[in-house]
Amino acid sequence: MEVIYLLWLRQLKRFLRSRNRIVGSLGQPVLLLLTFGFGFGPIYRQAGHGDYIQYLAPGVIGMTVLFSSVLSGVELIWDRQFGFLKEMLVAPVPRVTIMIGRTIGGATVAVMQGFVMMAICLIVGFRLVNFKAWLLALIFTVLMAIMFTAFGTTLASAISDFQAFQLIVQFLIMPMFFLSGALFPLRNVPRALQLVAIFDPVSYGVDGLRVALTGAESHFGVAADLGALCAIAVVLLLLGGRLFSKIQI
Amino acid sequence: MKRAIEVRNLVKNYGDFEAVRDISFEVQQGEIFALLGPNGAGKTTTIKMLTTLLRPTSGKVELDGLDPWVEQNEVRKRFGIVFQDPSVDAELTTYENMYLHCVLYKVPRNARAIRIEKLLRLFELWDRCHDTVKKLSGGMKRRLEIARGFLHTPKILFLDEPTLGLDPQTRQYLWTHVQKLNQEEGVSVLLTTHYMEEADRVAQRIAIIDRGKIIAQGTPSELKAQTSSETLEQAFLAFTGSTIREESKPSLPGLRKLSRFGKGERR
Repeated sequence: MEVIYLLWLRQLKRFLRSRNRIVGSLGQPVLLLLTFGFGFGPIYRQAGHGDYIQYLAPGVIGMTVLFSSVLSGVELIWDRQFGFLKEMLVAPVPRVTIMIGRTIGGATVAVMQGFVMMAICLIVGFRLVNFKAWLLALIFTVLMAIMFTAFGTTLASAISDFQAFQLIVQFLIMPMFFLSGALFPLRNVPRALQLVAIFDPVSYGVDGLRVALTGAESHFGVAADLGALCAIAVVLLLLGGRLFSKIQI
Repeated sequence: MKRAIEVRNLVKNYGDFEAVRDISFEVQQGEIFALLGPNGAGKTTTIKMLTTLLRPTSGKVELDGLDPWVEQNEVRKRFGIVFQDPSVDAELTTYENMYLHCVLYKVPRNARAIRIEKLLRLFELWDRCHDTVKKLSGGMKRRLEIARGFLHTPKILFLDEPTLGLDPQTRQYLWTHVQKLNQEEGVSVLLTTHYMEEADRVAQRIAIIDRGKIIAQGTPSELKAQTSSETLEQAFLAFTGSTIREESKPSLPGLRKLSRFGKGERR
């Protein structure tokens, strides 16, 4: 237990000490929020859908959580390169414990980033409609954070070099975000896109978050969102734990 | 009596590259054993296979009678290691690194603060204890690695080129402490070093390894007698020749390579 707590604390300290990272990981979502929000806002309104910021904000909050979690998981590659991974791998502690500590730590950081992004959205003009659903919003944020931190750990356990990881971000994480319905409603898009979104875990997180924060109508249904996120999180935790336990250096 | 370490016909290949070719040796309980060899001889690879970090291609390895790859957790409870490359968290402070190690190695809660302070004072790091490690000099980082290794007393201690980059004072202290642990607590030690006079002074038995093979084994005086040399350094050169070795590790997970890359990227 204490090991998990300390590894959690370690992730938090590392995060709070590197201001660059805090700013850097918010840069992209903020850019999207401002350019897309204000750029497409008028068109969205003309089309009779109301306020685009209102639609987009849960999407970019989800994006922040997604990127921040995956990056936390991938700090493992850093630890490998700067050597600290060895210290953890030879410690007389089951590796699964270490993986859990790291995951909770990474997820906490991601949830914090999500809150910061939400604050930015509120400044830009996002209105929280559904105050009562804050708990649901928190649940969705935490689930997403855990799921994608585990995903990052899984990736980082399987690959050891940083270049390969960047490719994965380009060809996996970015598409997952863009195809998730974070930027546009999935309701009227071509069937192919709808189909892809069903297999995209980000879709469920963003959908759930949107329902909780804005009271919008759910695309998949809240129960389906929760179920899908939980199921994928469990699978990724198991897979990540297994791969992490088998790391050789 | 159970042996501390037993290695039989150990082989490790990375693709076509044979890093360790069929080596055998054993370390008795309470013995200080040195593995000496030129760069790239396979010393670190061997230590990795003994410390559950790497799976052998073939052969038998036992620590305290247990197979490191099969009974990883049990084996990890029995050894401590000082790595050749950096293994501290540069973003944490000196103290935090020490504390985290205490928790990982289950040092009793009430002993932690005292032990950390004692060791940090000994290694003259106490006044830097709240600085993040990335602010420390190279020598200080190295001293931190050693200090951390002494926080708990394992049954078997691995020291992979521990004195690399250390000043003579710290080196002196390190070996005195290792000998004390060995005599008073019966800790078995497997060490590697490039300083032959250290091995001569500290080790009870030595194996010389070159290009993945053990080419000589015995007490320091036996090795000197076999080559009719006066010093261990001469004996070592007689066994291994005087050509300088390229480190010919392939691009597989090599700690040395990665850490070097890391350093380059950070600075």
